[in-house]
Amino acid sequence: MRATCWYGTQNVQMRDVPDPGILNPRDAIVRVTSTAICGSDLHLYNGLIPTMKRGDVLGHEFMGEVVELGDGVKNLAVGDRVVVPFPIACGHCLQCEREMYSLCENSNPNAWMAEKLWGYSPCGIFGYSHMLGGFAGGQAEYARVPFADVGPIKVPDGLSDEQVLFLSDIFPTGYMAAENCGIQPGDIVAVWGCGPVGLFAIKSAYLLGAEKVIAIDRFPYRLRMAHERAGAETINYEQADVHEALLEMTGGRGPDHCIDAVGMEGHAPGIVGAYDRVKQAMMLETDRPVALRQAIMECRSGGTVSVAGVYGGFIDKFPMGAIVNRSLTLKSGQTHVHRYMRPLLGRIERGEIDPSFVVTHRMRLHEAPAAYDMFLNKEDECVKVILKP
Amino acid sequence: MHTHRNPERGDSSLAVALGWFSIGLGAAELLAPGQLARMIGLRDDPRVIALLRAFGAREIGTGTAILSNPDQAAWLWARVGGDALDLSMLASAMNRQDTDNARLGAAIAAVLGVTALDLQCAAQMTGRQDRARGRPRRGARRSQDVRIERAITINRSIEEVYGFWRNLENLPRFMRHLESVQVLDAKRSRWRAKAPAGMTVEWEAEIVAEREPEWISWRSLEGSRIRNSGSVRFARAPGARGTEVHVQLLYSPPAGTIGRSIAWLFGEEPDWQIRDDLRRFKQLLEVGEVAVSEGPGLRRPAQPAANPEEIRTLAGVNR
Repeated sequence: MRATCWYGTQNVQMRDVPDPGILNPRDAIVRVTSTAICGSDLHLYNGLIPTMKRGDVLGHEFMGEVVELGDGVKNLAVGDRVVVPFPIACGHCLQCEREMYSLCENSNPNAWMAEKLWGYSPCGIFGYSHMLGGFAGGQAEYARVPFADVGPIKVPDGLSDEQVLFLSDIFPTGYMAAENCGIQPGDIVAVWGCGPVGLFAIKSAYLLGAEKVIAIDRFPYRLRMAHERAGAETINYEQADVHEALLEMTGGRGPDHCIDAVGMEGHAPGIVGAYDRVKQAMMLETDRPVALRQAIMECRSGGTVSVAGVYGGFIDKFPMGAIVNRSLTLKSGQTHVHRYMRPLLGRIERGEIDPSFVVTHRMRLHEAPAAYDMFLNKEDECVKVILKP
Repeated sequence: MHTHRNPERGDSSLAVALGWFSIGLGAAELLAPGQLARMIGLRDDPRVIALLRAFGAREIGTGTAILSNPDQAAWLWARVGGDALDLSMLASAMNRQDTDNARLGAAIAAVLGVTALDLQCAAQMTGRQDRARGRPRRGARRSQDVRIERAITINRSIEEVYGFWRNLENLPRFMRHLESVQVLDAKRSRWRAKAPAGMTVEWEAEIVAEREPEWISWRSLEGSRIRNSGSVRFARAPGARGTEVHVQLLYSPPAGTIGRSIAWLFGEEPDWQIRDDLRRFKQLLEVGEVAVSEGPGLRRPAQPAANPEEIRTLAGVNR
C-alpha cells in the first residue's frame, strides 16, 4: 500500500509499504477513506519529537471502512464505517475505567522510553514516535487499529467523512480544552492560536456557555475564520498589544479562562516589556512556551489556564509565581478522545456544530509531502488539509 | 600484572596500552593488508584485503574510543567482541586449502593472548564502574548475587492474580527470557531459559513456602547451574485499585561478572527485563493479550511488515 513516511526533518515521502495485518486478537484493519494532517504532526515534521525512526508511517487522524477483524472484536463487523480515536486504549486498566483513556497503562509497548522522559508513560498513539508506542499511522491506504473493540466508533451514513473525521482528534481536543475551563455563565474565554484546535476550542467554549470568546493569532486569514465561522472577537498580536486589548475587551477584569492552542512552537509575539526580553532565551529551547506564558499572565486571578497545545519536554521562565499568588488552575492532558466521541457525534447529528468548517484543502493521499509543506508554511490560507487515498 | 597494589591506576594504564595496540594493529591492517595477510598465513586476494581493511578501521575506531575514555568498560568489551570476530575469521581460514596453517596457528595463539588481556581489563573496569556507581561488588562468590525488587499494580482481584502466577506454566507467557516451565509435582518444577548468545539453561526449582493468595517463594534445587530464588507477594491495593504485586528475585548470573556484562550487551539486563515482564503480566491479566506495535523499541520503523510474524517475533510475543 501507499503510506506517508517520515524520513527526517521536513522530509516526508510517499512509499510503498506492506499492507498491515492482524497482530493482536483485538485488532481491526481499516481501509482509510479520509485522513488529515494535524498541527501536532508539524512537530514531527520539524524534528522536535524524539524517538522517530526513518520510515515511520505518520498520521493519527483517520477514518474508514473495517476490512478485517481479529477474533477478539465482537462489536464491529467487516464493512462498518468507523472513526478511530488517536489515543490507543485497552479499556480495562484503572485509567481506562476512569475514562482517562490517553493514560491507558497497557497500550504503549515502548513505555520504558516515555518513562525516561516523563516519569511514567501515557498511552500509545498512532504514528507519533516510538516513545509513544511505535504504532504505524493512518496517513496511508490501510491502518491497523489495536483494541478495536474499545476505540473506533461507527458513524451514520448520513454524515460525510468531513463532518465526522475530526472526532478522531481536533474536535474532542478543542472541546476538552474548553471543558477543562469549567465555564460559568458570563465567563469570557481567550484562546491563543486559531488553527483547527483553536477554532474547535472557540466553538466548544460557546457550546459550553461562554459569554464571549477572544481569539489571538497573527495570520489575518485565520483570525477572519475565527470571527466569521466561530464567532470570536479577535486580536492580531502583531498589530495590537495583547494585554491592553484583553483588558479593554474584558472591562479590565482579564479573561476568566485562557486556552493555549499553540504548543511548543509558539512564535514570540512582538509586544513590549518582559516578553521581548525572554524571547531570545526561549530560542535556545526545544519548547517555546510563548503562548503559554502569556496565557498565564493574562488570566484573571482565580481563573483557569487550559493547555491543548502539545509540549514535549522542558520549558523555563515559567511564571509559577503568577499561578501560586493568583490562585490559577492549570489543566492539560492528551485528549481522552474515547470519552467525547459519542456525545460530540450527538452534537453533530443534532446540527449543533458542523466540524467540516475548518477544512480549507482537499487533496489526494499521494500529495501528502506537498500538503505538509503548505500547512507548515501557512501557504494558500491553509488551515486544515484532508487527504483521500 | 602489576595491578594488585594499585588496581585503579593499573586498570587505566592497561586500557591505554590496549587502545594504542588497537590503533597500531588497525594501521597495519589498513595500510599494509597484503603483507599482514602473508605474515599470518592468509592468501592476499582482494576479498581478504577488503576484510582486513574493514577490521583495521574497526580497530582504529575502538582504539580511539578507548584512549578518549580509558575508564569506560564498554569499549574494552567492544575489543573482546572484535577479538571474537578475528578468531572466527582465522579459524574459518584454517579449513581452506590455500592458507599456511602453521602461520595461522601462530596468529590465532597471539590473538588468544590479547583476548585474555582484553577480557581481564574489561572485567576489572566493569567491576570498578559498578563500585563507583554503588552497585554491589560481585567479585567474591557469595556477593555475586543480583537482587531485584519491583512492584506493579494490576486491576484484577487478588485471587485471580495469585492464581495466574501460582500456575507456574503461565510464567513464560510474560517472562521473555523463559522458554518453558514444567510442573513436576505440587512443589517442584523444571525451568528452561534463554541465555545470551542463543544458548539455553535449565534448572529445577521448588516452592519453599506459600500462602494463598498472599505469597509464594521458591528457590532452585541444589546443583542448579544458575542458583536463584525469588518471592512474590500479593496485596489488595487501597480503594479498589486492584492488586499490588511485589516481586523479589535473587540470582547468581552465569559466569559471574562477565556473564552479567555480556548479558548487558545483549539487552538482557535483569532489572529492565523484570520491569518489562511485569508490564506484560499486567497486560495479560487486564487485557488478555500483550499489545504489539509495528515499531518495538527502535529496532524497526513503525511500518507494517510483509510477514506479521516478523513483528510478533521481534516483540517477543511469539510463543
